[in-house]
Amino acid sequence: MMASSYNIKEEDGHHSGSSGPGGNAVRTKKPDNTAFKQQRLPAWQPIITAGTVLPAFFIIGLIFIPIGIGLYVTSNNIKEFEIDYTGIDISSPCFNCSQSYSWNTTTSCTCSIPFSLDQPFESNVFMYYGLSNFYQNHRRYVKSRDDSQLNGNLDSLKAPSKECEPYRINENMPIAPCGAIANSMFNDTLDLFYIDPNGTRTPIPLMKTGIAWWTDKHVKFRNPGGSSSNLTAVFYGTTKPLSWPKPVYELDTDPENNGFVNEDLIVWMRTAALPTFRKLYRIIQKKNSLTPTLPRGNYTLDIVYNYPVRSFDGRKRMILSTISWMGGKNPFLGIAYISVGSVCFFLGVVLLFIHHKYGNRNNSSDIPN
Amino acid sequence: MCIFQDCSCLGHRCTGQENWVDSRTVYIGHKVPPPGAEAYIPQRYPDNRIVSSKYTFWNFVPKNLFEQFRRIANFYFLIIFLVQLIIDTPTSPITSGLPLFFVITVTAIKQGYEDWLRHKADNAINRCPVHVVQDGKVVCKQSRKLQVGDVVLVKEDETFPCDLILLSTSRDDGTCFVTTASLDGESSHKTYYAVQDTKAFNTEKEVDTLQATIECEQPQPDLYKFVGRISIYLDRDEPIARPLGSENLLLRGATLKNTAHIYAVAIYTGMETKMALNYQSKSQKRSAVEKSMNAYLIVYLCILISKALINTVLKYVWQADPDRDEPWYNQKTETERQRHLIRAFTDFLAFMVLFNYIIPVSMYVTVEMQKFLGSYFISWDDEMFDEELGEGALVNTSDLNEELGQVEYVFTDKTGTLTENNMEFIECCVDGHVYVPHAICNGQIMPGAASMDMIDSSPGIEGKEREELFFRAVCLCHTVQVKEEETVDGIKRGLHQGRTSSIYISSSPDEVALVEGMKRLGFTYLRLKDNHMEILNREDKMERFELLEVLNFDSVRRRMSVIVRSSSGELYLFCKGADSSIFPRIVSGKVARVQEHVEHNAVEGLRTLCVAYKKLSGEDYEEVCHHLSSARLALHDRDKKLAEAYDLIERDFILLGATAVEDRLQDKAADTIESLHKAGMKVWVLTGDKMETAAATCYASKLFRRSTQILELTTKRAEEQSLHDALFELSKTVLRQQGSMSRDTFSGLSGEFQDYGLIIDGATLSAVLKPAQEGGGGNYRDIFLEICRSCSAVLCCRMAPLQKAQIVKLIKASKEHPITLAIGDGANDVSMILEAHVGIGIMGKEGRQAARNSDYAVPKFKHLKKMLLVHGHYYYIRISELVQYFFYKNVCFIFPQFLYQFFCGFSQQPLYDTAYLTLYNISFTSLPILLYSLIEQHINADILKREPSLYRDIAKNSLLQWPVFIYWTFLGVFDAMVFFFGAFFLFDNTTFTSNGQMFGNWTFGTLVFTVLVFTVTLKLALDTHYWTWINHFVIWGSLLFYVIFSLLWGGIIWPFLNYQRMYYVFMQMLASGPAWLGIALLLVVSLLPDVLKKVLCRALWPTTTERMQTKRQCLTAEQSTIFMLSQTSSSISL
Repeated sequence: MMASSYNIKEEDGHHSGSSGPGGNAVRTKKPDNTAFKQQRLPAWQPIITAGTVLPAFFIIGLIFIPIGIGLYVTSNNIKEFEIDYTGIDISSPCFNCSQSYSWNTTTSCTCSIPFSLDQPFESNVFMYYGLSNFYQNHRRYVKSRDDSQLNGNLDSLKAPSKECEPYRINENMPIAPCGAIANSMFNDTLDLFYIDPNGTRTPIPLMKTGIAWWTDKHVKFRNPGGSSSNLTAVFYGTTKPLSWPKPVYELDTDPENNGFVNEDLIVWMRTAALPTFRKLYRIIQKKNSLTPTLPRGNYTLDIVYNYPVRSFDGRKRMILSTISWMGGKNPFLGIAYISVGSVCFFLGVVLLFIHHKYGNRNNSSDIPN
Repeated sequence: MCIFQDCSCLGHRCTGQENWVDSRTVYIGHKVPPPGAEAYIPQRYPDNRIVSSKYTFWNFVPKNLFEQFRRIANFYFLIIFLVQLIIDTPTSPITSGLPLFFVITVTAIKQGYEDWLRHKADNAINRCPVHVVQDGKVVCKQSRKLQVGDVVLVKEDETFPCDLILLSTSRDDGTCFVTTASLDGESSHKTYYAVQDTKAFNTEKEVDTLQATIECEQPQPDLYKFVGRISIYLDRDEPIARPLGSENLLLRGATLKNTAHIYAVAIYTGMETKMALNYQSKSQKRSAVEKSMNAYLIVYLCILISKALINTVLKYVWQADPDRDEPWYNQKTETERQRHLIRAFTDFLAFMVLFNYIIPVSMYVTVEMQKFLGSYFISWDDEMFDEELGEGALVNTSDLNEELGQVEYVFTDKTGTLTENNMEFIECCVDGHVYVPHAICNGQIMPGAASMDMIDSSPGIEGKEREELFFRAVCLCHTVQVKEEETVDGIKRGLHQGRTSSIYISSSPDEVALVEGMKRLGFTYLRLKDNHMEILNREDKMERFELLEVLNFDSVRRRMSVIVRSSSGELYLFCKGADSSIFPRIVSGKVARVQEHVEHNAVEGLRTLCVAYKKLSGEDYEEVCHHLSSARLALHDRDKKLAEAYDLIERDFILLGATAVEDRLQDKAADTIESLHKAGMKVWVLTGDKMETAAATCYASKLFRRSTQILELTTKRAEEQSLHDALFELSKTVLRQQGSMSRDTFSGLSGEFQDYGLIIDGATLSAVLKPAQEGGGGNYRDIFLEICRSCSAVLCCRMAPLQKAQIVKLIKASKEHPITLAIGDGANDVSMILEAHVGIGIMGKEGRQAARNSDYAVPKFKHLKKMLLVHGHYYYIRISELVQYFFYKNVCFIFPQFLYQFFCGFSQQPLYDTAYLTLYNISFTSLPILLYSLIEQHINADILKREPSLYRDIAKNSLLQWPVFIYWTFLGVFDAMVFFFGAFFLFDNTTFTSNGQMFGNWTFGTLVFTVLVFTVTLKLALDTHYWTWINHFVIWGSLLFYVIFSLLWGGIIWPFLNYQRMYYVFMQMLASGPAWLGIALLLVVSLLPDVLKKVLCRALWPTTTERMQTKRQCLTAEQSTIFMLSQTSSSISL
């Protein structure tokens, strides 16, 4: 009897003995007990409930509404004057010019449009030209340029990129600047005159620098061979874009604003996002703090009408605008801020109601479970 | 099926006729029989090579590429890439070529490596040595060179290299013992028989002289069916023909046990062995998420194509006016003008390319990475590590992680999966007195006599006698063999005790457990020697009983008997069997008390057997002998006659008592099954085991409860009724239940409703699944499915491996297409593991077959709980967010570009710069979602484990249903509209800077893009419920990275680019005040609806998960209070 039970114990002992070393040998395989591997990293576990987002809604409402009001007021304080000089209408002074247009005319057509400002423009006034229905963002158009040519690369100057086709080579000479964008550069000349009450025309000084991005003018666009050299010589062997009356090195007399670094060219080369756009043309600097930049009164806009837009139903505009810290006149931002702020505030109230009614019910019904 | 029937018919008349339809003739030892017998027809058989690999060295590249490009996504990207190469498109081919190349290469390397591993495994199997008898000598061959007809020598504990017909064994009676554990999961030893006429050939020399042919059916996968005949030419005369059945067939994969050696002839080799036929080819499993993903992909493809079509049509409508098509400022080149005809088509393709990012190649990369990296969390899991085994969970496929969260049906093997596969004698009861060996009393193991503990009052002298008779009965009534322990250990112990120790071997582990239990109660069965059974009684005296007859166990009678003659000459018939088959045959004994105990034990999930005896007089024995011999000699209906004889003999018993044996359940198996039930899964047990055993386990594992009404659909029942009637009756029962249930729910009574459990066995199942014959039978399949669906648990017993797969397939193909999971540990489970959507292997005792072929392997059944409820749930949440978010962010990304086409003359002008187009998916928005999809935990793992019902929240792929998808898509479209029109109105014909200078189209795009990146990232931040430092790092880091990248990208004139369109664009934008205000506004507007939806849904229609989340928050808030309260209460109680 004794032996029998002893036998059993022995067996048990034997068993545990054999499994022991086996267990030890493989214990190295045991996965590391690190928080990451066990998915037990300490964590913040937020839950979006009516209760937690309520304050956010109210805060957004409280912040957005004043900002919106501020923006709206600012936008309303901005003076903007716009004049369409396309000359579609027979009564328009530019009607003739717009009709007589043909590609090869060397003689320029001029017209002048009188207008009056009801309010004085106080600070710096920015003069834009605006085009409508002009697809500067067309893919074929956008890519039709050679940035390395414009950056003064001599190789590209002589052998422009294929992207410029069909504005790449004319009469076996490379076009500088090549491409559709450069070729279609806006070439109307706009001049502004103040008509004194006594009838004299005072020309308003228009600044043609400072209209392009500083980086564009000084880094992205460069004349080949550096700024010092003789542009005529540098551009020798190239030809002007087809629709330009003069070559690129005769865009301006000021050497700092000539050739590829001409700011009108640079501004034009920054393709607009939408088919209706405006581009900065000139800046009217504030003279002193006493007189407004553009006082109330009558003005004339003299246009050298070169740029054809009628073929594609385009429009040309001249815009005078002051600028605030938030840009030009745009009521959208202010209105949007006010409405989003109010919606948030309203939702906050709704949520408060829901939270009060349902939040408690959920919690109270759950906890006893 | 048809072929099989043919064969079985032929089996019946196998002694004569020659019209064998589909058979093979095997010449043993390749010896041609004497001329005239039969014409020698050489047949070609495959060699014994096992091939599981998919590729060879040569076909890897083409085959793999072909298979990869069969994936719809890969093919799509290939097309896009080719289009970009061929035509002039807005974006460069590199943007799609590079990621595609990356994806293809990574996948190819991974698959190549896996196949290399398979090659290695195949080689190991194919090269292992095999002993073959050639010219009277034993030659060692590589396994793969084995051919049909070779005579093979197999030694003890070796595995059979192919399917063999047993010729002779080292044992005199021509039997051998085999364990088929790795085939069908039954670890017990089974007896196989050599043909009587060949069993004498048991040396190499003798075997070599044997001349015989074997005719048998062509290979078929059923493990238990084999029909053939052997013709032995003993004296060059008329051959002796003998039938061959499955008892002569040794299967590849089984192991020889307790027999020194055998000689056998190979009949099925290589891929034709039954084992190989039972392995289904490992097909690529696709998860439900992947299927949804593909569906979404097609939707987006349609969106993409319609977008491109709309734009192409509008483009041509718009540019019908030549001044728009080609205004003076924007002339076409000559070539552009010429290609008018195909122009429209290339335009369409160009739009396709422009919008192709809506189906991002990076989604596939991210999903693959998420799956691959995410699967590490499974193998790293500490809780799924088994100390005893020294192994943790194993991930073989990472493709199915999320499928673990979608399981609706769990098919589990029983032996080794639910149970430990380890029988233990628990107690016995003699006339109502309970004996528990090795009982623990007051925490002390009682030595000596008390190793048997009597719970009831001690019986009298008469009782003592009956008790000893009972013990003797149990000791004698079995078919256990004894194997002498030969190990060093054994000898040592033998010396200790003065007697050799031994181990018991039997085809039934219960018997072993019983005999071992008796040993512990003092009666030791020693051996069967010269037809005498020797037992050692309590007084250490040897008792010898002459074994006269054994009435073998069969599953119909469910009992077995022995007739023995004691040394004093008395004749006894001892019988043991299931209570149901013993009690009706009892004439005396304390039936009521024993029955009470039996029932009590059955409730506890113990396997009970009743023991009875009767004394036989000399005449009785004569009669018995007469009955038996006449039945055994019968040529027709031998089985039936035997059964009748047994029935006559086994009656008028005196009840002795009952035994209880436990196949111990695996740790926490019941808890796991309960959780799975609560999680809404249906659990089916598929086992090769017999019904009673399996049912007991099911009760023990709480698969069936006491309240469960059991529906039986077994051979026995099918014999009584026709299958048809049985099925209809069951379905009626079930349907009635359903009817009353629905009535209850209508009347608002949620009373106790009956839940059903179904038990079905393999034979009935195959009858049910048989395709409907000649109209009348109708389709049983549907009725069966209907019944199954209303049962909370189903037990299928006596299943062949392929039948297990069939069941899985049947459920898979049913109306709802539920997601199935199969879990098992043996090679017999492999086919089901491969068939199910998710196959899980248990690293069990029965080899690693299952673990190797599974998608995931865990050490124990209980790990399934964490695998499904926690990992599965997390992975599903993660990947569904990943998929939805990816589509969302690309709608946000591409839709503005689509809108922009309306404002740029449909010219395919991209809104964003190339760098942004390429990097958006690759770097700006990729890491946060990847990280989210790796570590998001919307709710704590502990809660998921504690509340299995949360699993129901994600059932049926709920997060990837169409409404959810449409919500995300609309959110994407809304956000895209906000970005685009917000920027549009900010830019529209006004100055956006404070210095009066103007912005161009690239600034417009950059503004949209900046808002886009921030919105999309913050949207993810809002969805994140688990903010670790890594999340903070990645989310804020990727936003920072975007800003830094943009500053850098615009800060330098990049010499290798032929355009400098982005130069200073980003800086200029940031320099303007309104841009900041605009970005803030658009961000708020685009995030607002999602936040609102979240808050409202949570407040008004919270899901269980959301309630748990809220609850947890409240709890953490109140924890301090509770703690304080408990402190107070404890101080009060003190």
